[in-house]
Amino acid sequence: MMLSALFFYLFAIMCVGAGFMVVAARNPVHAVLFLILAFFNAAGLFVLLGAEFLAMILVVVYVGAVLVLFLFVVMMLDVDFAELRAGFLKYLPIGVTIGLLLLVELIFVVGAWITAPTVFIDVPTPAPAQVSNTQALGEILYTRYVYLFEVAGLILLVAMVGAIVLTLHHKRDVRRQSVAAQVGRTREMAVEVVQVETGRGLK
Amino acid sequence: MTVGLTHYLTVAAVLFTIGIFGIFLNRKNVIVILMSIELMLLAVNINFVAFSAFHGDLVGQVFTMIVLTVAAAEAAIGLALVVVYFRNRGTIDVAEIDLLKG
Repeated sequence: MMLSALFFYLFAIMCVGAGFMVVAARNPVHAVLFLILAFFNAAGLFVLLGAEFLAMILVVVYVGAVLVLFLFVVMMLDVDFAELRAGFLKYLPIGVTIGLLLLVELIFVVGAWITAPTVFIDVPTPAPAQVSNTQALGEILYTRYVYLFEVAGLILLVAMVGAIVLTLHHKRDVRRQSVAAQVGRTREMAVEVVQVETGRGLK
Repeated sequence: MTVGLTHYLTVAAVLFTIGIFGIFLNRKNVIVILMSIELMLLAVNINFVAFSAFHGDLVGQVFTMIVLTVAAAEAAIGLALVVVYFRNRGTIDVAEIDLLKG
């Protein structure tokens, strides 16, 4: 119990610190790396909560795909990030004010959180005690929430098609290989046999 | 010393606030704004999983998966828009995205 509390504070402090560095870092590459650190620590919090499958999803899918995509885009764009940071201090006071107000409100709300005892009596989908978290999740995701699951797949398909359509572009002045034209060449199109008379040559 | 639901909710609240703070602070850089949105979605996910664990109800974790899906789709489309915009205008300054004159 003591150890899990210790790990909770470790992961929580690392997560919040990394999150702060995401918005405060000068170099956007560093910001992405701090975001990866924040997600790793959030995955640690998920493990502490008993949601191992989501922790693995967060590390494998989110850090492995989405944040690496961020890293690619940051490195691919040749942007003067110092120029984009101009006005950073100008927005600092209003940002701090609004952030603090929101934080105080949120902490007042969640700090006084009391769960009604009746909630625990009629939980709609309790986690079974015998099976692992992954199996329990699969058993309700593929049965009761199968339409939600398919809609999620559809969203990803639309996002994939959208991203490809947006970024795909053909340059006009680039000569490309046309496989169909190459394969479709016949002997008659490519070779011509001529009889050359001696002393005349070809025209 | 025992860690309860409110501890997790507080961590999520702090992360959410940092996300909003980041949007105010980096108002010009689209990429950092997208990263701040990712932070806010992460805070929401921590809330979902914490409630799911402390109430013994798995639906919160199912919903977290849907949120992760939508966040991934949003990041992919958003970054594609950033790349296309940079290709056309040579900058990613939010203040200069005014071609629609809205």
